[in-house]
Amino acid sequence: MSVLTVETVVAGYEPGLPIVRGVSFTLSAGEILVLLGPNGAGKSTLAKAVAGLVTISSGTVRLRGVSLAGMAAHDRIRHGVAFVPQTGNVFAGLTVADNLAIAVNILPRAERAGRIAAMLALFPDLAAARRARAGLLSGGQRQMLAIARALAVAPSVLTLDEPSAGLSPKLVGAVMQKLREIRDSGVAILLVEQNARAALAVADRAMILAEGRIAHEGHGASMLDDPAVAGLYLGRRV
Amino acid sequence: MNGQIVIDGMTSGAMIGLGAIGVTLTYGLLRFANFAHGEFATWGAYIALVLASLLGTLLGGADGTIGDLTFGWHLLVALAGSMVLTALLALALDSVLFRRLRRHGSGMVLVIASFGASLALRSLLEFGFTGQPQYYSREIAMTVAIAPGMRATLDQLVVLGVAVALMAGTHLMLTHTALGRAMRATSENPDLARLAGIDVADVVRTTWLLGGAMAAAAGVFLGVTVQLRPTMGFELLLPLFAAAILGGIGSVPGAMAGGMIIGIAEAAAVPIAGAQYRAAVAFVVLLVVLLIKPTGLFGARER
Repeated sequence: MSVLTVETVVAGYEPGLPIVRGVSFTLSAGEILVLLGPNGAGKSTLAKAVAGLVTISSGTVRLRGVSLAGMAAHDRIRHGVAFVPQTGNVFAGLTVADNLAIAVNILPRAERAGRIAAMLALFPDLAAARRARAGLLSGGQRQMLAIARALAVAPSVLTLDEPSAGLSPKLVGAVMQKLREIRDSGVAILLVEQNARAALAVADRAMILAEGRIAHEGHGASMLDDPAVAGLYLGRRV
Repeated sequence: MNGQIVIDGMTSGAMIGLGAIGVTLTYGLLRFANFAHGEFATWGAYIALVLASLLGTLLGGADGTIGDLTFGWHLLVALAGSMVLTALLALALDSVLFRRLRRHGSGMVLVIASFGASLALRSLLEFGFTGQPQYYSREIAMTVAIAPGMRATLDQLVVLGVAVALMAGTHLMLTHTALGRAMRATSENPDLARLAGIDVADVVRTTWLLGGAMAAAAGVFLGVTVQLRPTMGFELLLPLFAAAILGGIGSVPGAMAGGMIIGIAEAAAVPIAGAQYRAAVAFVVLLVVLLIKPTGLFGARER
């Protein structure tokens, strides 16, 4: 069943200058949809439009059939739409524990401790670093905290903007493995990536965005072998 | 440096610290220097003056004094009332002026607007109360010896104690409550705060309320230990900014420590360099600290 429905969305930072120009797709529970494309294609803008950080000028975003139009970012997370930005995705001056405490604060009081415990169980590295300032964590730990922070509220949709950026291949693998686990727990994941090989390896479906429009759609790993995809949008070496 | 300088410096430093809390929090959150912040202290002082005299009229009879202090419980009630009303004044100034400009204008537009607001607020008080100094009380302040060579009025000691308690309370609120965590998080990264479900507009309102209330307390305490004048807050403005920058923008313990350092440096400057260099010496301290640690004493990161 589709959790998130995006219909002919047009979005951008300034009126009259759309970056996303009419994108439609659906995302189901327990599915990873990967969004690829060259720099400037509108991937991040689309992700931010879903999260509520960028204004949608036309088209709709619906969560289980309910329109999110006009809903501020701080309300979208309460409805289960979580977003992990590419940069500035943890509160660097606050401890790991405080980062998670802020995340669960929108949940009913009785559920908060349980959700934090669940996140620390899912990301054991964070449990050891609970008292550390997030800004002092390693790149990998930081990315795990960013994902944990978003996941702490048990969202139905988790959008991530280039979670592999700046990580070593080994850590990229670890992040993708976590996303697989999260997907298997029933979360719908929208994954924006530049690292096509790593992302397509975990993708159920993938779309390639070019100049604000969907240029190609396919089924995950098979796209790696599609010469048209490789040649046109991903560069020769995929 | 003798002990008297320390106690006098700490008293004025505590008031500077209280005022600097609002400066450092609004600067940290909204990224603009509010030059009207000093007027919150002035308005706080005058609102308390009006409330205390209203209480006297309503209850028929002047305020007595508590022990050897120069003021009585009327002023304490007036202090609480003034903190609430000044907090609302700060909130009103934001919704009438700053919030509208934030939507379109740059940081510099906000700073200039705050200059205008400062002039308007100060002129209103001069219009209503004239430029003549006013006093909460005509009682003579009793001093006590607290150490060899150190005397303080009881007023000073009470002001110091209450000011430190207010600052400590603010710090605990910021570090140990969900609201405080939300405020620190928003100050650091407003976009991520939104994504975490924090209503940034709520945090902004809370910051104005808190800053306004603390400035009002600073103003009342300045009125108790010195006098009330329409320019008192404006004259406090540069030490407030010095304290906030010295302590590190966004840091409440920094504002507290910065206030104390500026207060003591100013007091120490008087016998060494003369009263006319009072403000200058505070800035020398500020420059030295900024050369050594540009983010201020408690500033964790560059902004």
